[in-house]
Amino acid sequence: MTEQSVPAIELSGINKSFGPVHANKDINLRVGKGSIHGIVGENGAGKSTLMSILYGFYHADSGEIHVDGKSVHITDSKRAIELGIGMVHQHFMLVDPFTVVENVMLGAEGGAMLNKGIDQARTELKRLADEYDMKVDPDAVVGELSVGLQQRVEILKALYRGADILILDEPTGVLTPAEADHLFRILRVLRDQGKTVLLITHKLREIMDVTDAVSVMRRGEMVSSLKTADTSMAELAELMVGRSVLLEVDKKPAEPGEVLLRVENLNVKDERGVMRVKDVNFEVRAGEILGIAGVSGNGQSELLEAISGIRRAQTGTMDLAGDHVDLSHSHNAGQMRQMGMSHVPEDRHRMGLVTSFAEYENSILGYHREPEYSKGWFLDLKAIRSEAEHRIQKYDIRPPNPDLKAAKFSGGNQQKIVLAREIERDPDVLLVGQPTRGVDIGAIEYIHKRIIEMRDAGKAVLLVSVELDEIRSLSDRIIVMFDGQVVGERGADASEGELGLLMAGVNEEHAA
Amino acid sequence: MTKGQLPKWVDYGLLPALNLIAAFAVSGLVVVLIGEDPFEAVKWMLFGSWGYGEGVGFTLFYTTNFIFTGLAVAVAFHAGLFNIGGEGQAYIGGLGIAVACLAFDAYVPWYITGLFAIVGGATFGAAWALIPAYLQAKRGSHIVITTIMFNFIATTLMVYLLSNVLRPQGSMQPSTRTFTEGGQLPLLRNIWPSLDLGQSPVNLSFFLALIVCVLVWYLIWRSKLGYEIRAFGANPTASVYAGISPVRITVITMLISGGLAGLMGMNEVMGSQNRLLLDFTAGYGFVGIAVALMGRGHPIGIILASILFGSLYQGGAELAFEIPAITRDMIVVIQALVILFAGALENLFRPAVVAFFNRFSDEAAA
Repeated sequence: MTEQSVPAIELSGINKSFGPVHANKDINLRVGKGSIHGIVGENGAGKSTLMSILYGFYHADSGEIHVDGKSVHITDSKRAIELGIGMVHQHFMLVDPFTVVENVMLGAEGGAMLNKGIDQARTELKRLADEYDMKVDPDAVVGELSVGLQQRVEILKALYRGADILILDEPTGVLTPAEADHLFRILRVLRDQGKTVLLITHKLREIMDVTDAVSVMRRGEMVSSLKTADTSMAELAELMVGRSVLLEVDKKPAEPGEVLLRVENLNVKDERGVMRVKDVNFEVRAGEILGIAGVSGNGQSELLEAISGIRRAQTGTMDLAGDHVDLSHSHNAGQMRQMGMSHVPEDRHRMGLVTSFAEYENSILGYHREPEYSKGWFLDLKAIRSEAEHRIQKYDIRPPNPDLKAAKFSGGNQQKIVLAREIERDPDVLLVGQPTRGVDIGAIEYIHKRIIEMRDAGKAVLLVSVELDEIRSLSDRIIVMFDGQVVGERGADASEGELGLLMAGVNEEHAA
Repeated sequence: MTKGQLPKWVDYGLLPALNLIAAFAVSGLVVVLIGEDPFEAVKWMLFGSWGYGEGVGFTLFYTTNFIFTGLAVAVAFHAGLFNIGGEGQAYIGGLGIAVACLAFDAYVPWYITGLFAIVGGATFGAAWALIPAYLQAKRGSHIVITTIMFNFIATTLMVYLLSNVLRPQGSMQPSTRTFTEGGQLPLLRNIWPSLDLGQSPVNLSFFLALIVCVLVWYLIWRSKLGYEIRAFGANPTASVYAGISPVRITVITMLISGGLAGLMGMNEVMGSQNRLLLDFTAGYGFVGIAVALMGRGHPIGIILASILFGSLYQGGAELAFEIPAITRDMIVVIQALVILFAGALENLFRPAVVAFFNRFSDEAAA
């Protein structure tokens, strides 16, 4: 990008690590004044970290930030506001029982008594609303507003504080299409009035619709900065997903047998009542791996939780190795296990392990009521321990100490503990979510090999991963989820670009 | 050694000791402020609680109360539930014990009545925990709030029952009649006269408390239910993944917790007063929270913490008697300081100790 004027923001050589995770690697970014600049990337690519650095939530380990050509040191969000940077968070930072005007002036009350501040806020709010075409009733209680209006309040809040640069983090995630369109109109008005907008998203369509320039992040790196007019969704998808070295997996052709898992008409809502899985149907046969690809947050987690009995579905049935299950009824994960389903969950810390428990205690989580681990009401610690030791040997879990707390093992070894537990039960159906997230290369290879072995042993494997490489190298068939729906099915030979487009919600021809 | 981790002896020995020392140092300052000799005070406290047979008997009597209420809080805590209602559950548990004694004392010997009393106390205590547990499990009403409310309800209910229902005709006192021998647990001073326990009320409940400690240990660390309780307390999400029902665990754990609190009446009602008195729980249920925190939720820790609080109660009474300038209220201040440092400020010294041990281990590694 070659802007003539001084860029509104210039980042150079930004680095940020969280422990062993290098979230931002040598990031360079120029954002032209009075433009809408998109930043795209998959979840975990480092977009939010970068914006948090810009807004003063985090401090970069190294690198420089220039705002309006001046080198600045953003120590906290107060300093960011002083520099004219405003942020609209993905999860709104609003006080629900307060009115719009009270929310807008929050943190800028102007003195001990409120009356002066309120009057000022009210006048200013009216001016802003007129100027940017953002009508909102100043006396409405925020909690009673629609999500789209709440977001507008967030934007007004930033403008009230004198923001010239607005950062919006996944702003359309919670909006209806109509609300999103209105938001984009507002953003264009803001740009035309000279404001700079940074739009973080993983939806390519929005980028194409509204931005002037776009930067792509992948695995902590800024891989490209382009003018939106010069690029296409296909190119962005490819850049986003990347062409990293394909991990070689030795795999014979699949020999699919009978259908072991059939899911029909699955609809799942999340805690907030948002429909996250919409009319999903699929089946997995014995001896095949079905991969579910998709940018994270498109309903895969809810899908896994629903069919594993953790989350109740709105509608849906499942045929699981000869049993018929109505998923809209209340179930627990133990019942699914009884019917022959094992589940390696997406998040081993939150779900797969009790990290304060010893390794051997974790080795029976979910199976602690099985007869071979019990003596009446009590646990048969001897049997549990000897089984744990056997698995430690077999799966090469290090350090080989069953008494060590699960929290003390590395990510790869923690995953092996979970994998060993779920595979050794010899299930008919294995659900695997993000099997290699945060796992070192050596363990990745091992875990992949085990999953293939399960397939070759005639199990039905359902693999959910946001790593396209992993999906492509392991799966025999691939379905792609976008916005809760299955948007396409492809064979294992589908190209990255093709899948990447599907993952971005672009489906030109209908699914084969 | 990983950063932030401490050897067990530091975690379970040194830190509680530091907390105690701090509590006593501040208490000592208070004693100095009112113009008394703190060392003299310590001497009387130690002598009062452990210096002679009767004192030891009283100390163990109080200890018994604290073991029951401490275990009650600890079991709930393992499931991540903060049961503040031990006081009310103990109170209603006492009612169950009294009912058993009143019903059977005329017909069967004490050991038969005792069995019914144990069942009655545990059942009534558990029942008093059931509604808060259900509300927490099904409705998400916070158990801290509901159990506190149930303490008040218990108090009012008992006032009503003792003055209107259970009071014998012609009596002016809001209490039940005195149980006959068939409703009295034997006192240790009568079983072993040679122990020279004076007039102390320590009774067989002390051993019941120790047995219950063993049972709780088995429950928490050896049973399948205990595994589920601990898993739920440590990581509710993972326990749902494991097929453990949060509703079931919340309710069952609270029932056990309430039942344990309810057993406290074995010591007070059936063991010592031999009738049901107004306010017999006298705050033991609340001190149980401090006992459980200080004992780190482990039965052995709870026994040790109970002995400490038992000593404070008995030694404190002796101290107030021997040094009149140190009033009964002063003793409460000292007890409160111990609770403050051992319970509420449990992590006061931890960062410093962790830093010290990290430096130490870094040097050892270098």
